[in-house]
Amino acid sequence: MSINVQNVSKSFGDFHALVDVSVDIEPGHLTAVLGPSGGGKSTLLRIIAGLEEADRGTVLIEGADVTHVPARDRGIGFVFQHYAAFTHMTVWENVAFGLKIAKTPKPRIKERVGELLALVHLDGLASRFPSELSGGQRQRMALARALAVEPGLLLLDEPFGALDVKVRQELRDWLRRLHDEVHTTTIFVTHDQEEAMEIADQIIVINHGKVEQAGSPDELYDRPANDFVMGFLGPVTTLAGQLVRPHDIRVAKSASTKSQEAKVERVVSLGFETRIVASPADGAEDVTVQLTRNQISDLALNVGDIVYLDAPTPPGRIKAVPNGDKATSADSAAS
Amino acid sequence: MAKYLLRYGVLGYLALLLVLPVGMVGYRTFQHGAGPVWDALSSHDAVSALKLSLLITAIAVPINIVFGVFTGWLLARRKMPLPWLVNALINLPFAMSPVVVGLAVFVLYSRTGWVGTYLFQHGIPVLFTWKAMTIATIFVSLPFVVREVVPVLEEIGTEQEQAAAVLGASQLQAFFRVTLPAIRWAVVYGTILTVARSLGEYGAVNIVSSNIVGQSLTLPLYVNNRVGQLDTTAAYSAGLLLAVISLLILVGMTALSGRRHTPQLETGASE
Repeated sequence: MSINVQNVSKSFGDFHALVDVSVDIEPGHLTAVLGPSGGGKSTLLRIIAGLEEADRGTVLIEGADVTHVPARDRGIGFVFQHYAAFTHMTVWENVAFGLKIAKTPKPRIKERVGELLALVHLDGLASRFPSELSGGQRQRMALARALAVEPGLLLLDEPFGALDVKVRQELRDWLRRLHDEVHTTTIFVTHDQEEAMEIADQIIVINHGKVEQAGSPDELYDRPANDFVMGFLGPVTTLAGQLVRPHDIRVAKSASTKSQEAKVERVVSLGFETRIVASPADGAEDVTVQLTRNQISDLALNVGDIVYLDAPTPPGRIKAVPNGDKATSADSAAS
Repeated sequence: MAKYLLRYGVLGYLALLLVLPVGMVGYRTFQHGAGPVWDALSSHDAVSALKLSLLITAIAVPINIVFGVFTGWLLARRKMPLPWLVNALINLPFAMSPVVVGLAVFVLYSRTGWVGTYLFQHGIPVLFTWKAMTIATIFVSLPFVVREVVPVLEEIGTEQEQAAAVLGASQLQAFFRVTLPAIRWAVVYGTILTVARSLGEYGAVNIVSSNIVGQSLTLPLYVNNRVGQLDTTAAYSAGLLLAVISLLILVGMTALSGRRHTPQLETGASE
């Protein structure tokens, strides 16, 4: 299903959760809505779901205006951060819930629930209660429950936020594989840029209730629209007043035309990667540079050495975001 | 040493204040064997009192369950007009002396009362019948279900209801299939408290009852009446019956209290 969010605004009292937001989501894609907490990303998802009503603006699903259609009639699946498991029902009953509401014939329910439990690897746990499951299992159950009614659109609100790192990684891979199999248009909200970069086809970065940038992970990483997007998608450091990625900085022991003199303050070895912190001779803020271990040994770098730092001209930074929203920190980047 | 003294001190105090008197009632009741007790409890007057108590309870409790669950849901889930006032009104029976509640029902349903005037004109007597006693009982036992249900509703939050809605459930379906089962132990607990209060109420029903033995006495009123008549065997027997009912209720509550305080919140747990 294609989703078009047009000029949507939403406030909670004095707090502006979304300000004139427009977003287009293509059918069949796995889209990440990425941003810091309190930035409005969950509100956007909940408005698409119909769990929250927009103050202004329109939501189109498959071209049809659903702005005032209640959640239960939107044909969507929703997965909550804290699972929202029906605590008094077994795993089987949880997954069957939507089908029972839709008055699906009993044999069909049995068949469908069986398929879904196999899909999420919970076949053996059908008669358990949610309280007897681990967090990861609960979230897989919630996913099966959402998929049971064959929604045209699957929405996930920080689905792995409450899980520990290892389970998170597993479920992340698993969601990507599932999407490749099922092809349901999927939108998930996350504050974890790595998660978004790793599994999404498209990323929408939202901050302070506005879309900062939308595009593919590579586009956002290589051509961030502004300092915020650049900073949010990966590590950054400031060299000669310019925001650059620490791994883009070249280090030499002799001066060149555009290089900046600096003194090595610290060398931190992190296994394969080595990070050096250098203080520029002009008294500017310390610069972080990321090098491989080989580069360090080639340069024979030690604390106290004088080095010359130089960053390639940033690749074609795009200056405006697609929907023409310019009220971002983009303008300050040049200064 | 001091902590043991304190613990057993409290235990001793409770024994002296609560267990000893109730034990004494038990002792006196069976002082002359079980025969007189059985005779006293199976007498027409005692059976009539028990029946009236059960009738009033059987009407007051379901009404308070339905009202309590519905009002609790409104308070926790919807925007009530003047919620502080609604809360204060619900707590009123806790704060008010039951005698005042009885008096209020008495005044309202008396021949010159606002409601009483109308009822008497139409030949529907309420005051001094079981109806007025039931109304007074509903009044005093009104808060228990609401007060149990609201905090649990607030604690479980709305996510399960939202999940049900996204899965296609109407508000009514979400309520009966998701919300009500989730708060069931709070409802049961509130119900037990309501039953206990309805069976045991004395002050409020006393004022609106015609106090005729064998006709309009509830069990607590009957106990008081028998004490007044120095019919100690009947008084002790009926009193012990009330105490046994309370004890059963207490056991039930203790058995349930564990569940009541674990509304199985599914938050943040992970492997």
